Amino acid sequence: MQTLTMRDALNQAMAEEMERDERVLLMGEEVAEYDGAYKISQGLLKRFGPKRVIDTPISESGFAGLAIGAATFGLRPIVEFMTWSFSLVAYDQIINNAGQIRYMSGGQFSVPIVFRGTAGGGLRVGATHSHTPENWYANVPALTVISPAFPDDAKGLLKSAIRSNNPVCFMENETLYGIKGEVPDSDTDLLTPIGKGRIRREGADITIVANSASTHRALEAAEKLAANGVNAEVIDLRTIKPYDFDMIAESVTKTHRLVIVEENKPFCGWGAQVAYDIQRKIFDELDAPIARVTGIDVPQPYNGHLERAVLPNDERIIAAVQDVLR
Amino acid sequence: MSTAETKRAEIKKVTSSASLILPPEGRLRLYRQMLLIRRFEEKAAQAFTQTKIKGFCHLYIGEEAVAVGSISVLQPQDAVITAYRDHGHAIASGMEIKPLMAELFGKATGCSKGKGGSMHFFSKEKNFFGGHGIVGGQTPLGAGLAFAQKYQGTNGVTLCYLGDGAVNQGAFHESLNIAALWKLPVIYIIENNQWSMGTSLARSSAGLPLVNRAHGYDMAGIVADGMDIDDVRAKTAEAVNLARTESQPTLMEIRTYRYRGHSMSDPGKYRTKEEIEKHLASDPIHLYKSRLLEQKITTDEALEKMDEEIKAEVQAAYDFAEESPEPEISSMYEDMLAPEDQIDEIPRGNYNHF
Repeated sequence: MQTLTMRDALNQAMAEEMERDERVLLMGEEVAEYDGAYKISQGLLKRFGPKRVIDTPISESGFAGLAIGAATFGLRPIVEFMTWSFSLVAYDQIINNAGQIRYMSGGQFSVPIVFRGTAGGGLRVGATHSHTPENWYANVPALTVISPAFPDDAKGLLKSAIRSNNPVCFMENETLYGIKGEVPDSDTDLLTPIGKGRIRREGADITIVANSASTHRALEAAEKLAANGVNAEVIDLRTIKPYDFDMIAESVTKTHRLVIVEENKPFCGWGAQVAYDIQRKIFDELDAPIARVTGIDVPQPYNGHLERAVLPNDERIIAAVQDVLR
Repeated sequence: MSTAETKRAEIKKVTSSASLILPPEGRLRLYRQMLLIRRFEEKAAQAFTQTKIKGFCHLYIGEEAVAVGSISVLQPQDAVITAYRDHGHAIASGMEIKPLMAELFGKATGCSKGKGGSMHFFSKEKNFFGGHGIVGGQTPLGAGLAFAQKYQGTNGVTLCYLGDGAVNQGAFHESLNIAALWKLPVIYIIENNQWSMGTSLARSSAGLPLVNRAHGYDMAGIVADGMDIDDVRAKTAEAVNLARTESQPTLMEIRTYRYRGHSMSDPGKYRTKEEIEKHLASDPIHLYKSRLLEQKITTDEALEKMDEEIKAEVQAAYDFAEESPEPEISSMYEDMLAPEDQIDEIPRGNYNHF
């Protein structure tokens, strides 16, 4: 085992895959000479050279589309968006081209590509830079959406994403880049399965499902609840689409109560899908209606006091748990 | 910020490539391909009015010399990508017309298994990368194909077509910038048919002629007469040579004209009869036919016979399409995701409850 930050875990994942496969390359704004806006690509230019670690102009539609075209013709690009908020100007490329070329061509052309970068709020960068778009991309049938919460999962899932033959949207979270965790040593080829959740805290009284930064909020809330005698099970979903229904169902069959925590806005956030599936398929297991704690349905405010209130936080999670347990 | 002193870059001069003179059978092949596209499109129009083809159907009639001429100078490792008016490029790329007509009919035997339709023809075998429905959306992909060719050292080049209506999309300008910046072997070909749907060139684009857009990116810019296949071939060959030998992109403006409406749903009331007649007088197929006859490469009788053969071939494609089965409903779920071979298959949830 090694102790790594999320940042270094992501860096290792890319380095290992680039070492293994010549077709893998990284492009994006400031990924090469600047060593990454958030230093995720630190040292990669020096190690792999400018042919494979490529600075782009600020031109998301152009370089995202370019990478998709290259993927249809034999390469396996990793595209870094400085933040997922900037992917909005490449929306047509990601949805119409990455998401649909294979289907529209009757299966002739595959698009093995990873789009990655930071998503989510909490950094006081205002409404344009704080989007949490898991649900927007999860709505596209062919797109896989991953959002890890811990360094080991970040590394293993990114490696799996790079090896997937299908387009993957990989959403990191800047507030988590510095957190540390144990990660298997590099002689282990860590390929975390896509589509599987992970129980991060066991408990018997209520199930809390979350992802990315919200997993950490859920774990904090669970500790406070434990002090009051409520034992919550916390599932880190890790992959948003396809998500691990079976793990949630098994947990809910034990606890009979479910709270979902997500940064998505309430209307059609990913938790709405989970809640629908659970009530539809295991309605009889539920002892209370499912509750969702989401980002508040307003644009992200700049003020720190306001932003904290907009994001899921432990007070709101505890309130939801108490409501479901009542 | 200083615009006053900004000088417009001279369009780079490109050197003429090797001789493009084809033997008689080569010239007849070009003629045949243009005529095949024309007859295919006429049959498609007929099938559309019979409601056998639904949705959008954008015909290439009048523009045949552009696709046939430009694609004729390519080599097998080269790539082609275009927008939604794609029937001509698909045929010029060597795709068989039976699966193309079947695709228009939405049948299981279509080139895209009935999932793409008129705007989304594809052929991996022929390096034909589509068939794209969003105006300008294919232009970054074209840069990416050229990027992959350069990265893999195939010495291939990419022809990326777009209409005159696409030149004002941001994606196109982003593509030109990156193509020039990274010296990608891509040739952007504006098929200027003078109308973006019902809006004339003069009402949609500043800074005419369109080839001037090469200036801003310090790219070679070339204009060709799209009604004259020999001119299209010669000019495209220059651009291809520049891409293949120096890995430099080129912007071409090929001036052409579509005789039909924007799509089959468009009666084309925005154009005068006189305008259309003027362009009919320079029909690319008739022009080339006269040239072949003048040069005594063929005879009227031989071309008449060729036309009959083509009509029979197109009719056979129509019959094939009509007789082909509808895709199975269950095929709806197929072809969306590639099988995995480096990781375990990802368990995909079924979100379709009813």
